[in-house]
Amino acid sequence: MGMTITEKILARASGSAKVAPGDVAVVEVDTAVLLDLSFLPEGWRDVLKVHDPSRIAIVFDHLVPAATVQAATCHKTGRAFATKFGIERLHDVGPDQGISHAVIADRAYALPGKVLVNADSHTCAGGAFNCAARGVGGPDMLWAVTTGTAWFRVGETIRYDFTGALRPGVTAKDLFLYIAGTFGAHVNQNVEYGGPGMSGLSINARRTLATMGAELSAEFTIFEPDGALIDYVRARNDRAFEPVWPDADASYRERRTIDLGTLHPLVALPDAVVNQSVPVAEVAGAKIDQAFIGSCANGTLDDLEIAARVVRGRKVARGTRFIVTPGTQAIFRAALRAGYVETLLEAGAVVTPATCGACIGGHMGVLGPDEVCITASTRNFKGRMGDPSARIYMASPATVAASALAGKIAGAEEVFA
Amino acid sequence: MTGARVWCFGDNINTDLILPGPYLYRSPEEQARAVFQANRPGWVDQVRPGDAIIGGFNFGMGSSRPAARSLRLCGVGFVLAETINGLFFRNSVNYGLLACECPGVAAAFTEGDTADLSLEAWTLHNGRSGQVLAVTPVPGQLLAIMQDGGIYPLMEARGLIAPRAVG
Repeated sequence: MGMTITEKILARASGSAKVAPGDVAVVEVDTAVLLDLSFLPEGWRDVLKVHDPSRIAIVFDHLVPAATVQAATCHKTGRAFATKFGIERLHDVGPDQGISHAVIADRAYALPGKVLVNADSHTCAGGAFNCAARGVGGPDMLWAVTTGTAWFRVGETIRYDFTGALRPGVTAKDLFLYIAGTFGAHVNQNVEYGGPGMSGLSINARRTLATMGAELSAEFTIFEPDGALIDYVRARNDRAFEPVWPDADASYRERRTIDLGTLHPLVALPDAVVNQSVPVAEVAGAKIDQAFIGSCANGTLDDLEIAARVVRGRKVARGTRFIVTPGTQAIFRAALRAGYVETLLEAGAVVTPATCGACIGGHMGVLGPDEVCITASTRNFKGRMGDPSARIYMASPATVAASALAGKIAGAEEVFA
Repeated sequence: MTGARVWCFGDNINTDLILPGPYLYRSPEEQARAVFQANRPGWVDQVRPGDAIIGGFNFGMGSSRPAARSLRLCGVGFVLAETINGLFFRNSVNYGLLACECPGVAAAFTEGDTADLSLEAWTLHNGRSGQVLAVTPVPGQLLAIMQDGGIYPLMEARGLIAPRAVG
């Protein structure tokens, strides 16, 4: 019996001919990405040696620019660590900074066929690049930077084959909400995306879908490689890599086919991501206080483009806050050059610097008691974006932008008609 | 581990509930005071050392934050759930919180029951009903880290990180 993409990468990285569900694989880590949160004094320790400074990147993202003394202290510790061990890839406050998963995408740090770890649950974002990228804990990161290794339990794989193409106005977020609403969580399982419709999804769309794999509670979320992906990576990273396709006789727990052309915009109801998806019409009219587009899942240039298209020449409803956070400062500059930022600002949006910010209830858009928000980000858990009594709906950037204009949940169909 | 008092928490308990975002930059002790404040305010004053948490499906889903450490600091002796989120499981290994999967556990226990866990037999016994369930064994190398106080002592012993200054 053959192996799935995840199994093949874990086997290669562990020096084994084969791994199978149930195994614990100890693998060589190609890239380890540390965050500002990694340097919290209670979790970070004085590192005596690192395995290989060239395999480490540091990205400040959770509270950037520092919103608190604690955040500033983490940044200071991170800078000192980079200096001490000669770590060149330091994405500090400035032009190269961003949300780690978006920086990893901008720079193609997640290489096809390799293993990447990062102390944030949405690290599976790197799966868009055919990379076995997994969010791990802070202690795992200390282990990875000092030993160059990590352990993984090998899970079974669910394979999704896409056919057809998304209709205008239907985004990768809607595709994710369809999967999360139909199939629920994938605990202890890997998710593999491919099929004839996959190449019709832009790299940014794949990033959204891969990032949201964390919300499926999947172990690894990974895409098949294609020509567009290989070109994207080669244009951004000089290092050698070897993409991985699944074996023809790979063993899957289940194969599911999704016709992308049949999908519609969806909204996840508050307090949980999976098994919560309903058509926009079902909740249309619910009043909102805030609309947010951002995070590692929806801070791509595609997301800012579609938001700008929806609000062009119109105004955000009075009494509604519309906050947009690009994934990286590089994306921010690209959106500025393309005119998206001006369009958003003219409509009444607030465009913030790149940070996890509002998505983690950290800063730049925290919710107060009983407020209602519709968000295109990663999570709508109870208390996620601020006060536990706030209610958070989750939808695509198009639906969120249309809702910001209406001051209540609304679809964007007319823009794409 | 015998006679542990049982707290039941149901399906999909996420790490934002265990360690709320606004407390991410606080001390571990402050974080431990905020456990379940959104879904079960006051619980931190009721839990006692050695108590057991019984969870349902996908316990510990969500963020990579050190929620396992918060539960350990609250005194939780062990967590048993139908399924445990992979990332929460990693943090349980790393912070030395005993967390295992046990099919049927959610239906077998009611809050206030007592639980006896055997890692030799890999069984869980309900002191009220007498029911005995099979616990899914944790791979030996991971269980050893989990039971020996997590991964930090291991890294210290190997000279990878400096021991934490005492006092």
